[in-house]
Amino acid sequence: MKTLMLGNEAVARGLYEAGCCFVSSYPGTPSTEITECVAKYEEVYAEWAPNEKVALEAALGASLTGKRSFCAMKHVGLNVAADPLFTISYTGVNAGLVIGVADDAGMHSSQNEQDSRHYAKASKIPMLEPSDSAEALSFAKLAYELSEKFDTAVLIKMCTRVSHSQSVVETGERVVPEQKKYEKNPAKYIMMPVNAKRRHPEVEARTKALTEWAEQTDINRIEPGQDTSCGIITSSTCYQYVKEAFGDTYPVLKLGMIWPMPQQKIKDFAATVDRMVVVEELDGFIETHCKNLGLSVSGKDLFTNIGELSQNLVKEKLGGTVQTGTCLTEDIPARPPVMCAGCPHRSIFYVLKKLNLTVLGDIGCYTLGAVAPLGAIDTTVCMGASVSGLHGFVKAGGEEMEGRTVAVIGDSTFIHSGVTGLINIAYNESNATVIILDNSITGMTGHQQNPTTGYNLKGDPCTKIDLESLCHAVGIQRVRVVDPYDMDTCQTVIKEELAAKEPSVIISRRPCALLKYVKHPGPICSDPEKCKGCKACMNIGCPAISMVDGKAKIDATLCVGCGVCEQLCKFDALGAKE
Amino acid sequence: METKNIMIVGVGGQGTLLASKLLGRLLLGKGYDVKVSEVHGMSQRGGSVVTYVRWGDRVCSPIIDKGQADCVLSFELLEAARYTEYVKPGGRIIVNSQQINPMPVVAGAAIYPENLVEKMAGLGIQVDAFDALTLAEEAGSSKAVNLVLMGRLSKHFEFTTQEWMEAIEHSVPPKFLEMNQKAFALGQSA
Repeated sequence: MKTLMLGNEAVARGLYEAGCCFVSSYPGTPSTEITECVAKYEEVYAEWAPNEKVALEAALGASLTGKRSFCAMKHVGLNVAADPLFTISYTGVNAGLVIGVADDAGMHSSQNEQDSRHYAKASKIPMLEPSDSAEALSFAKLAYELSEKFDTAVLIKMCTRVSHSQSVVETGERVVPEQKKYEKNPAKYIMMPVNAKRRHPEVEARTKALTEWAEQTDINRIEPGQDTSCGIITSSTCYQYVKEAFGDTYPVLKLGMIWPMPQQKIKDFAATVDRMVVVEELDGFIETHCKNLGLSVSGKDLFTNIGELSQNLVKEKLGGTVQTGTCLTEDIPARPPVMCAGCPHRSIFYVLKKLNLTVLGDIGCYTLGAVAPLGAIDTTVCMGASVSGLHGFVKAGGEEMEGRTVAVIGDSTFIHSGVTGLINIAYNESNATVIILDNSITGMTGHQQNPTTGYNLKGDPCTKIDLESLCHAVGIQRVRVVDPYDMDTCQTVIKEELAAKEPSVIISRRPCALLKYVKHPGPICSDPEKCKGCKACMNIGCPAISMVDGKAKIDATLCVGCGVCEQLCKFDALGAKE
Repeated sequence: METKNIMIVGVGGQGTLLASKLLGRLLLGKGYDVKVSEVHGMSQRGGSVVTYVRWGDRVCSPIIDKGQADCVLSFELLEAARYTEYVKPGGRIIVNSQQINPMPVVAGAAIYPENLVEKMAGLGIQVDAFDALTLAEEAGSSKAVNLVLMGRLSKHFEFTTQEWMEAIEHSVPPKFLEMNQKAFALGQSA
C-alpha cells in the first residue's frame, strides 16, 4: 500500500518489517519519532532507556540473545553511546543490530552541528544514509541483512530533513527470521586484550569485504546525465537538492552507503566527467575520501560546512541562475521560542535572576531560561554538564563561588547523566547546590516518559524512581522539595541551601503545563484601574502578558492562571476573574 | 506537471501540522508524488514554524526555497511578512489577519510593523487577508483556524469539495468532524 510517512516513521516501519523485536532509545530531536512509531507495533518491544549508552548496550544484549534489535539517538547522543559503539565493532553481533543516528545540520534543536559520519569511519562500522522515506524504510531492512551477513552493527544516518519530511512509501509484510541461538563465545564477546587483539584484524577484513560490497551494490548508483562537463557525488537530502536543481542534466553518483565508500566506482565515475563536485552537508567527508583516492574534486571550496544546503544554493554554486522573491524593506521582529504560559520553570529562573546567582544550565526546555527577559543561565554544554560542571566550579572557585552558584537540570536529564555528577559532588565533597527542575516528563522532545514519571514508553504504569530517595542514597543529606509557583518559599529555600555548609539538592516540582492531566485554574484578569504600568509583570517573559496603552493586558487564550505574575504585582492589578 | 509548492507558516502551537497532514492526504489520494516537511523540537515552543507541502509528477527536495512558493498560507500576519521572499513572482499569500506579538515586541524591544497587508501587496504579491480566528470561533473553536484557512485555500486549487471532505474526515477526530467541516465551509465562502 502506498502511504505518506515521515522519514522516522518509515525507519520504524522498516524495523517492523525486518522482524526487529527489541528497541531501546533515548529521545532526542530529530530522532525521537522512530522509537515512538515503532512502539505502536505490538510485536516489537520498545522502551526509553535512561541514556544512549544504556540503550545501545541493551540493544547489544538483545542481539546477543538472538533477536534483531535497534536503538535510536540524536547526533550528540552518539557521543554518549560512543563507548560501547567502538567495542561493538570488535564483538560484532549475533542477530542483527541497527543503530539510528539523526544529525541536525542547521541546529533546529541542538547545541552543536557535529557530523556523525565521522563515527562510522572512526569505529569502523558501516553506515547507510537514506535520502527520503522510501529509502529510510528499505535501508532499515537492508541494514539487518548487512548486519547479519558481515557480523557487524550497522548505523543508519538520518538528518532533520529526512527524519521530519513525509514522502511516499510502499509498505510490506513483517517477516521475522528464526531466532538465533545464543552460544557462549569468549573469543568474540570478551574484549580483553588477548581477544581484542585477535578481533581487530577481523574488523579490518570486514571493512575490506564491505568496501567490495559497496562497489557492487545498487544503493551506490550512477545516474547518467546528458552534460558530462560536471559529475556530482552526493547522498542524503543533498541528493534531493541536486535533483531538484538540475534534474537529469549532470551525471550523479548517489551514495546510499556512506561508510565504507567504494573506491573503483568513484574512480570510474570520475573518468566519465570533466569535473567532479561533491555536494554534502557539514564536513567534506566524501570529498576527503575522493582526495585520498588521488582524485581532483571540488566540494567545500564551493559549499559551506556550516548549516544546511538547499536547491537554490546547489544551483547557484554550480553556475545556475536562481530567481528569489522579494523581502519587505522593514525589520520583521524575530519570533524565538519561549517558555509556555504556566511553565513551571519560569518562576524559578525569575528567583535565580533576582538573587543574582551564577547558574550552570543543562539541556531541555529550561535552556529557554537563558533568553531575555529572564537571562538567568550562564552555561549550557551537554546533558548532565550542569551538575558535574558545578562541582568543578565551586571546588576550584572556593567559598566565594559556593554561596552564589547553582546548577539547574531537568528530571529526565538528571537521570540521563546528572546523577553521576551528583555522586561526584557527594563523594568528593563539594559544597554544591543542585536544583532539579522536575516537571514529570521529558518536555523538549515532545513529552516522553522517563524513569521518574511512573510510566513506560507504551504508556503503562511502571516503577517510578523516587528522586528524593535517589539523592539521599548517593550521599546528599539535604534534599528539599519546593513548588516553583510559590516564589517566596523558593527564594527562602535557595538562600538557605546556598548558605548551608554541605551539598544540597532542591527539587522544584510541578508538572509541565502542557500535560493533559494538569488542571489549570483558568485565565486571570488585569485591572486597568489598578495597573500603574510599572512593568514588574513583564520581567518573567510570559507570552500571555503584554503592555497595551501603558497597562498590562492578559491574553485569555494563553493564560492558564499559574499566579506567578500576581506575586510580582504590588498594586493588586492582576488576579482571578471576579 | 510542474511541482506545486505551498508553505504553511505560523506560531508554534497554532495547528499548522494538521493542515499539512490534511493536504498530504488529499494530494496522495489524487495520485501525486508528495513531500511534506516539518520542523519539530525547540521551534514548537511558541516560535516561528514552517511546513513545506510540495506535489507534482516527481518531487525531489523536501523543502521550498526562496522564490518558489505558489502560495504562503499564514496563520498569523507577521509570519506571512517574514516569508515574502519565498513567494514566486505572481504568487499568493493567504493570511489570517490575527496578530500575535512575538516576545521581542511583548518585551518592548521591537515594534510590530503596521500596514503589513498593504506592504506585502506592494511587492506585487496577491494578498488575501481575512479574520480566520473569528470564523473559527463561529464554527465552534478558536483551534479551527487551520480548517478555515484550508477552506480559503481550496478556492485556489482544483480539488473538489468531496475530495477535501474525505481528507478532513481522515485527518480530524470524529467528535470534532462537524465543527471542522463547518470551519472549512466558512473559510470557503468567506
